[in-house]
Amino acid sequence: MANDERPKDEGGLAGKKIDKEEQGHETTAARLTVEREDGLLQIGLAGDWLAQTGIPGFGPVEKGFVAGGPSPVRAMEFRTGSLGRWDSGLMTFVLKCFDLCAQNKAEFRSQTLPSGVAALLRLSQAVPEEKDAMRGDAKPPFFERLGLLTIAGVREARSMLTFAGENVLAFFKLLRGKAQFRWVDTFLVMQECGPKALGIVALINFLIGLILAFIGATELRRFGASIYTADLVAIATVREMGCIMTGIIMCGRTGAAFAAQLGTMKVNQEIEAFQTFGFNPIEFLVLPRMLALIVMMPVLVLFADLISILGGFLVSTLMLHITPALYINRTVHTITVTSFLLGVFKGTYFGIVVALTGCLRGMQCGTNAAAVGLATTSAVVTGITVIIASDGIFAVICNALRI
Amino acid sequence: MSRIKDHIKIEIRDLTMAFGSFVVMRDINAKIHEAEIFVIMGGSGCGKSTLLRHLIGLKSPAKGDIFYDGESFWHLSEEARQQRLRSFGVLFQSGALWSSLTLTENVSLPLGEFTSLSPAEIEDLARLKLSLVGLKGFEEFYPAEISGGMCKRAGLARAMALDPDILFFDEPSAGLDPISSRNLDQLILELRDSLGATFVVVTHELNSIFAIADNSVFLDTHTRTMRAEGDPREMLKNSTDPYVREFLTRGESTASKPAETEKC
Repeated sequence: MANDERPKDEGGLAGKKIDKEEQGHETTAARLTVEREDGLLQIGLAGDWLAQTGIPGFGPVEKGFVAGGPSPVRAMEFRTGSLGRWDSGLMTFVLKCFDLCAQNKAEFRSQTLPSGVAALLRLSQAVPEEKDAMRGDAKPPFFERLGLLTIAGVREARSMLTFAGENVLAFFKLLRGKAQFRWVDTFLVMQECGPKALGIVALINFLIGLILAFIGATELRRFGASIYTADLVAIATVREMGCIMTGIIMCGRTGAAFAAQLGTMKVNQEIEAFQTFGFNPIEFLVLPRMLALIVMMPVLVLFADLISILGGFLVSTLMLHITPALYINRTVHTITVTSFLLGVFKGTYFGIVVALTGCLRGMQCGTNAAAVGLATTSAVVTGITVIIASDGIFAVICNALRI
Repeated sequence: MSRIKDHIKIEIRDLTMAFGSFVVMRDINAKIHEAEIFVIMGGSGCGKSTLLRHLIGLKSPAKGDIFYDGESFWHLSEEARQQRLRSFGVLFQSGALWSSLTLTENVSLPLGEFTSLSPAEIEDLARLKLSLVGLKGFEEFYPAEISGGMCKRAGLARAMALDPDILFFDEPSAGLDPISSRNLDQLILELRDSLGATFVVVTHELNSIFAIADNSVFLDTHTRTMRAEGDPREMLKNSTDPYVREFLTRGESTASKPAETEKC
């Protein structure tokens, strides 16, 4: 062991340890003996008491306390003549003895303990235990938990509504030209969530186009209607897949980034700094992000539609032997202005959802690093849930309106 | 002290602070005069920063009110409160600089929003404020690129951007080496003398307290209220409260229970 060679000048707490080390370099196992003489409990500590090599259990001491002798134990004493090296392992043991004595109002004689142990013991007892600080482990009964959950749910819903309302107010202020915010920030966010997202949007939507075409081809071929693959890809992409996939990508990419940015600003007290200057954080931080997504989402959806149709086009022309002209013809024929606008509208709406959930979770973030992680997770989960759920609602509405 | 005018700038009246049903502090009363350096002291975690958050409008009181120039702060309309907030400067514990902006931009942002100065004038003003806190040459740096102490000084420059009437400091010397911390105290005294601003400082740094404070309030966790008020030097001389004495002497005069001061 390297530390056996340590110089002797450490003094203090380690002094005893070093003395013993010189006699035997090998670690000897810790030994415990418990003897009882009337009211006196003698505890013999021998060998090396190290946490790493293991220390004897506390059982014998407890047993010695209750058994053997009609009179109760009045004092506890230690015999440490052959005690070797020791560390916190011994300390935990001694502390248990101390607590046992305190519980049974017995005298604890620390004189024979190594001076370091006695000093550490004094230190650990210097500040009395804070009774209120102990966390209650008691689990409230079922109905109480149910009630608390309901209250939390209502509060959450209210804070979401409040946040959405504050954003609407901020938006109106913007329309009247009174909002406090910087266009510079808006352009920066636009660049971040627009052009820089093109790659991932293109990749995902290209693959979606491919997949749609393959599904269409396998099923439609059986009816000799392969040509309708173009219709399927076009209508599915423009009405649903283009906007929904872009929404989900933006939620994972930009919504998470918003939550993390605002959450970190919260931790760093930057948001409070805005408030103390009389800036409205909603106008200053959320509005630019919302505007950027409102502007960028329609463009991204349009781009996604094109790429997805391109994916379907490649599969159809290269593998299903549909002529390019025919494919394009069918596609143009299928897409109506209504479905195109529906897709773009939904995309814009999803953009607002992403900005709102991302910023809401960021602003709600607690004030530590773990809270930022939670805020980010929660932003993505809330965002995707709201996107899919509202897309379902849109589908029902469109069906009812026969759009 | 002759330079202290008699005008009461801030008055805290019967303030009770609470998080939900958990009361942090109750019945706090204090009067802070114009151009005074007022120190809020007490052990760690006793609610000093919470009191500061009430003063700067980040948290509303459970009971009681705060008056600025005799005007109730929490009963003002939203607009008027925002107006009042603009006469404050706040230095947060770690500076809380806006991390996406350079130091100059940090100082210029409030100037640009709340004054009608031209961009060139704003730039000049921002440079001036940064030079006042000894950050000449770092104007174009981002907060992440400078040290913690520099962030704090830049935060001070930003707090002074709008020439506030009242400056609030949250633990200005925390995390600073003794010399920087002393320089900051010196800076606070100089700013008070030159600007005539009122200062509210949260700290438990004894050296700072004795160097700058004209008046103070001592908050105590155990009784959950204020335990002493007045000039800390007087307090040290005359206070009969053993806990206050122990705090002000780092427990070295009594030395009976050294653990007590660490506790709250």
